[in-house]
Amino acid sequence: MTFLTEPLNALILLANFVLMPALSYGSQLALGALGVTLIFGILRFANFAHGEIMAFGTMVTILVTWGLQSFGVSLGPLPTALLAMPVGIVATALFCIVTDRVVYRYYRDSKSPPVVLVIASVGVMFIINGIVRFIIGPDDQRFADGERFIVRARDFKELTGMSEGLTIKVSQGLTICVAVMLVIALFWFLQKTRTGKAMRAFSDNEDLALLSGINPDRVVLVTWIIAASLATIAGTLYGLDKSFKPFTYFQLLLPIFAAAIVGGIGQPIGAIVGGYVVAFSEVMLTYAYKKFLVYLLPESWQPETLVQLLSTDYKFAVSFLILVVVLLIRPTGIFRGKVL
Amino acid sequence: MTYLVGESMTGGYGGADILKSCTIGVDKGEIAVIVGPNGAGKSTAMKAMLGLLRLREGRVALDGKDITRLTPQARVAQGIAFVPQTRNVFISMTVEENLEMGAFLRKDDISETMDQVFELFPILKEKRRQVAGELSGGQRQQVAVGRALMTHPSVLMLDEPTAGVSPIVMDELFDRILEIRQAGIAILMVEQNARQALNIADKGYVLVIGENRHTDTGAALLADPEVRRSFLGG
Repeated sequence: MTFLTEPLNALILLANFVLMPALSYGSQLALGALGVTLIFGILRFANFAHGEIMAFGTMVTILVTWGLQSFGVSLGPLPTALLAMPVGIVATALFCIVTDRVVYRYYRDSKSPPVVLVIASVGVMFIINGIVRFIIGPDDQRFADGERFIVRARDFKELTGMSEGLTIKVSQGLTICVAVMLVIALFWFLQKTRTGKAMRAFSDNEDLALLSGINPDRVVLVTWIIAASLATIAGTLYGLDKSFKPFTYFQLLLPIFAAAIVGGIGQPIGAIVGGYVVAFSEVMLTYAYKKFLVYLLPESWQPETLVQLLSTDYKFAVSFLILVVVLLIRPTGIFRGKVL
Repeated sequence: MTYLVGESMTGGYGGADILKSCTIGVDKGEIAVIVGPNGAGKSTAMKAMLGLLRLREGRVALDGKDITRLTPQARVAQGIAFVPQTRNVFISMTVEENLEMGAFLRKDDISETMDQVFELFPILKEKRRQVAGELSGGQRQQVAVGRALMTHPSVLMLDEPTAGVSPIVMDELFDRILEIRQAGIAILMVEQNARQALNIADKGYVLVIGENRHTDTGAALLADPEVRRSFLGG
């Protein structure tokens, strides 16, 4: 069995530093990209304010979490933020609906070209940006509580006798479980319910949907509620996994758009696949493979350097590169979405 | 009194009038066909009756009620179904879902109407789980008509239903339209294939630059030497 130890250690190392982080990051991106893709499919514009909507929802969730914590409410091993999230979702959905009434509806009714709505969403982005910083400040906020790990590196080592440990954080496990459940629920909703089918019909052919008696206001309303819910959940999970800082959420816009476009914008399944494609590319290109290779290669071949393809400072370049390559080679994305 | 009538309709898409005091009407259990040369305003006349065009003068009435001010959606709710010439199916949805969307406004059980549509177009029953975008042109046209019928309409409007389909499919489609007439539905149709369309028409309207040029039964128009010479190629 000893000849297997080294490769196994190498695999555990990858699982710990690439697989788990990329899976949870990919789930967060997928949830964000689903919101972008739904807005694009139904309202027909690329919503640049989506990252800020995530920040807004997370901010409300954090404020409620702090309130609950000060009253001594907790969920035991799970983070209290889960309890606060419904409040965040409702607040964000209301905020989105008000924004739609005040800003987007005017351009929709006057049949403005999509680029006008995109620019309007940039304006909305700056406003939410200001609101969030005004209320909670530009700094890092920690709000995670409860148990931190599902599997600890030390326990794993003792259990398996390996020299490498596998850590699974509660936030990672939570992210993946919640993402899977939400995606199943969303697909069931879109495929099986009357409202979900009406949304798909509206996205497919707006004129024919109107002729079939589908109420456009209702479709738009439901779309905003779903997009706001996904954004709040994605933002909260990201905040629990890393930390909450408004600027980071603004930066998330790029990988989220890359995910939506890689998968094919307007296609929900594409958003999910795209989320993981972007996350795995980012993590795999910025991971230092030295230790991994040390396990696998004979001593004389072992690398001197870190074997890191790209410094983590450049991780956003990965999304950017993916975006450019996809737009050049296959602008409709993997699942043949619409062209931006 | 005619069931659905657009009386002396005048109007256009802003700018010059396309329709000039044009009158079109159709009764239940009757097929009315609008024919005429390109740019005569055939489709525009139909769209005006559906409410997609704001009329400057004239009125539209359904069963004696004035519907001139109603939106297209409200007219659909009143029992007018419309099959557009292009983009007339939901290409990413299955045949069955297309039909369901047609019946979106209905709160009652739609399975009976769906069975009737499947009876009319048996191929759709076979392909019910297939995405409409994968069907042939003729089959798509059947989905489009089927979707419109799902609302249980009293008036069915078809904008060039045979555009781009083969002659065999066209004959087949006209046969189905005759069957739909049996159900007591008023059918109003714009057609390029004037001769075949007038053949099945109870009433024909020949439009030229937005005006009524000839109005008669389909058979009479087909027999009229002037209509034959000018519009039917002899």
